Amino acid sequence: MSNPLNISPSPHIHGKESTEKLMYGVVLALMPALFASIYFFGTGAIIVTATSVISCISFEYLIQRFILRKPLSINDGSAIVTGLLLALNLPSNIPVPVIIIGSLVAIGVAKMTFGGLGNNPFNPALAGRVFMLISFPVQMTSWPVPSGFKTGYIDAVTGATPLSIIKEGIKNGESLSQLMEKVPSTANMIFGNMGGSIGEVSALALIIGMIYMLYQKIITWHIPVSIIGSIAVFTALLWLINPESNADPMFHILAGGVLLGAIFMATDYVTSPMSPVAMLIYGCGIGILTVIIRVWGAYPEGVSFAILIMNAFVPLMNTYIKPKRFGEEVKNG
Amino acid sequence: MLKTFPLGGIHPPEFKLTSGSPIKQLPLPQTVAIMVSQHIGAPASLLVNKGDSVKTGQLIASINGFVSSNIHSSVSGNISKIDTIIDTTGYRQTAVFIDVAGDEWVDTIDRSSELVRDINLKPEEITEKCRESGIVGLGGATFPSHVKLTVPTGKKCNLLIINGVECEPYLTSDHRLMLEKGEEILVGISILMKALGVEQAMIGIENNKSDAIAHLTRLSSDYKGITVYPLAVKYPQGAEKQLIKALINREVPSGRLPLDVGAVVHNVGTAYAVYEAVQKNKPLFERVVTITGKSVTNPGNYLVRTGTAVRHLIEAAGGMPDDTGKIVNGGPMMGKALNNTEVPVVKGTSGIILFPSDESIRPELKPCIRCAKCISACALNLEPYLLANLSARGLFERAEIEKITDCMECGSCSYTCPANRPLLDYIRLGKSTVIKMARQRNIK
Repeated sequence: MSNPLNISPSPHIHGKESTEKLMYGVVLALMPALFASIYFFGTGAIIVTATSVISCISFEYLIQRFILRKPLSINDGSAIVTGLLLALNLPSNIPVPVIIIGSLVAIGVAKMTFGGLGNNPFNPALAGRVFMLISFPVQMTSWPVPSGFKTGYIDAVTGATPLSIIKEGIKNGESLSQLMEKVPSTANMIFGNMGGSIGEVSALALIIGMIYMLYQKIITWHIPVSIIGSIAVFTALLWLINPESNADPMFHILAGGVLLGAIFMATDYVTSPMSPVAMLIYGCGIGILTVIIRVWGAYPEGVSFAILIMNAFVPLMNTYIKPKRFGEEVKNG
Repeated sequence: MLKTFPLGGIHPPEFKLTSGSPIKQLPLPQTVAIMVSQHIGAPASLLVNKGDSVKTGQLIASINGFVSSNIHSSVSGNISKIDTIIDTTGYRQTAVFIDVAGDEWVDTIDRSSELVRDINLKPEEITEKCRESGIVGLGGATFPSHVKLTVPTGKKCNLLIINGVECEPYLTSDHRLMLEKGEEILVGISILMKALGVEQAMIGIENNKSDAIAHLTRLSSDYKGITVYPLAVKYPQGAEKQLIKALINREVPSGRLPLDVGAVVHNVGTAYAVYEAVQKNKPLFERVVTITGKSVTNPGNYLVRTGTAVRHLIEAAGGMPDDTGKIVNGGPMMGKALNNTEVPVVKGTSGIILFPSDESIRPELKPCIRCAKCISACALNLEPYLLANLSARGLFERAEIEKITDCMECGSCSYTCPANRPLLDYIRLGKSTVIKMARQRNIK
C-alpha cells in the first residue's frame, strides 16, 4: 500500500464550523456598531477601539508566551472580540492608560487566570469595564456629545446620557414629562445620535449585527429576546403604574447598553448557559436586574452589573436546568 | 412542509456521487472469507470442515440461540481453511475461507427474475423462513429480522415502518435498490405486513431521492396499505426513533423499543432480502454495496457476495486513488475505518468510502468554548459536552443519570463542534462503561 491508512472512530467528516469562524463572525457583526461609533464620535472612537483591541491581543500574547508558557491562541479571535466589546462599552474620551489598565483586567484577570478561552466564569470585557467604572468613575462617566469628526479626543464637549438625565432629574424632583423633552428623540436614539458608550448608542447598527449573527447561527434568539422582552414587560408595568416617574419601555430599551448587552455581551458563549431553557431564565434575570438597578439603584445604568451577576449563576443553571430528553418518560407518581 | 424529526440534527454535504449508477454484479473473486458472525448476537455455529465442498446458498454455519443468524455460503467451491481474519470491527474473528470453483447454486433457489406477487406462507412460516434464510437488518445494525418479526406477548404491533431514508452522505445502495427493485421491495413489505399482522405500512424516504419517491409512490398504488412519505433531508433521520418521530410524531421512550409505540421498523434492503427469501427461496448471501469517494475513478453500486474482500470492490471502481488516506466501511458519520483491504464484505456492509488523505485527519483540537452547538445538534436532546466531560473524568455514575446510554452514536455532536472536540469518542467510552456497570449491578 502506497500510504498508511488512518484509523479513527466515526464520524469521519467534520462540519465547517470553527472557533475562528464564530469569533470573526462576531467581529464582523460588530462592524456596523463600530462604524456608527466612528461616525458619531470621530477620532475618539478610533483611538479607544484601537487601544483596546491592541492591548487585549498583546496581553493575551504576553501572558501565554512568558507567564503560562503555553501554545499561543491569539489567532482564535477571542481576544479581538474582547478588545472590541470592551472598547464599545467605553466613552470616546477615556484616557489611553485607563483603557490599557481595563484591558489588562479583562484579559489578565478575568480570562487568563481562569485558564483562558472557555474557562472564564465572567465576561472578560464586562469585568474590565466594571473594574474601570469603579476605579475611574469620573473618566468613565463623562460622555462626549456626538458631533462626528469635529469631536476632539480629550477636550470633547461632554453631556449626560439619556439615562442619567432621567435619573438625576427624578432625584431632583422634576417630572418625567419635563425630562422627556431634554432627552434625545426616539429617532436619534435609534440611529445613535446621543451621549453614551461608543458602541451602545446606535440601536440600528446593533440590530443589524444581531440579524447577521442569527442568520449565521452564531447566536440563538433565546438570550437577546428574553433580555429585551423582560425589560419591556417590567418597565411597561412600572410605566403603567406611575407614568410620571417611570420612563416608557421603548426609552428603556433604546437608552443605555441594553441592546449592546443583550446582543453581544450576554450571548458570550463561555459565560452564558448551555440549554435553551436556562438561556431564557438567564436572559430574564438580566432584564429584571437591569431595571431594578436603573430604577432603584445608585447607578443610572445596570446592564453590565446585571450580566455579571447572572454570569455567576450560570454553572448552577447548567447543573440543574436540563433539556427535556427525547423519549423522556413522564413519571407516574 | 415535509415531515421530519424536530429536535437537533445536522445537514452534512451529501456527496451522493453514485445515485445515478445502476447496480452491477461484481465478478466473483477467487477466494472468499465468510464470517460466522455477521450480525448482532451470538456467532453462528460452524457446520462445515476444511476440505468440504459447498454450493452457493448452502448453510455453512447455523443459528446459535434466538438472537443469532444462519450463515450461508455465497459461492460454490472447496473450503481451504477455517481461520480468523480481521473484520470490519478491527478484531480477528472466525471465517470460512472458500476457493471459488464455478457458481453452482443450491437447486431449491429460484434464480429466475420473474416477479412473484402471491404470498403463500402463513405469518409464522414467514418468520421461520427469515430465520432459516439468515435475514438480518441491512440498514447497518444487522439485527436478526426474525426477532423483530416475533412480537412478544402483551405487545401489539399496528404499523410497519420501512426505512428508505439513507441519510448518511455518500451511500446510495438503498436508493438504487428502490429504483431498480421497487416491485420486489413492495412485495417484501407486504410479506412483512402479513408476518406482523398489520394493515398499514409507511415508507419514509428523504426528499433528495425524488426519483425513488415517485417510483415507489406509483408502484405502491397496487399494494394495499402501503404509502410513501417524502421527508425533509436531515441527518440522523434514518435512526429508528427519529424516523418514527418524523412519520407518526411519537417518541419511543428512553431505553425502549419501537414496539412500545406499536411500530416495527425495517430497512428497504431488508424488505428486498425478505422478498428473495420468501418468494425465491434464496438465503441472504449477497447485497448491494456502494463503492465511492471523491477521488475514486469509477464510483458505483455493486451486487457483492458476502466474503468478498473489499480490495475487489476497490479494483472494480478503478483502483485505490493515490491520495487515499482512509477507508471507511459504512457511512462517513457512523462507519468504521478499515486498516486493510482484505476485510470481507458482510451482510451489514452498505458502502465503502475512500477518503483523500487531507480529509482523513481530524482537525486541530481546541478548548471548548461552551457554544452549546452540540446540544442543538443532538437529536435526543442530550448534552454531549457534559457527557464527554463526565466520561473523560471518570464520573460514570453522573453520566448514567445524564442518560449517556440513550446516545445512539450518530456523531452529530462531533461533526458540529467548532473546537473539534472528540465528543463522541469520550461518550462511547462512558456509554460502554455505564452499560458494563449496569450489567454488574444486575448480576448482584
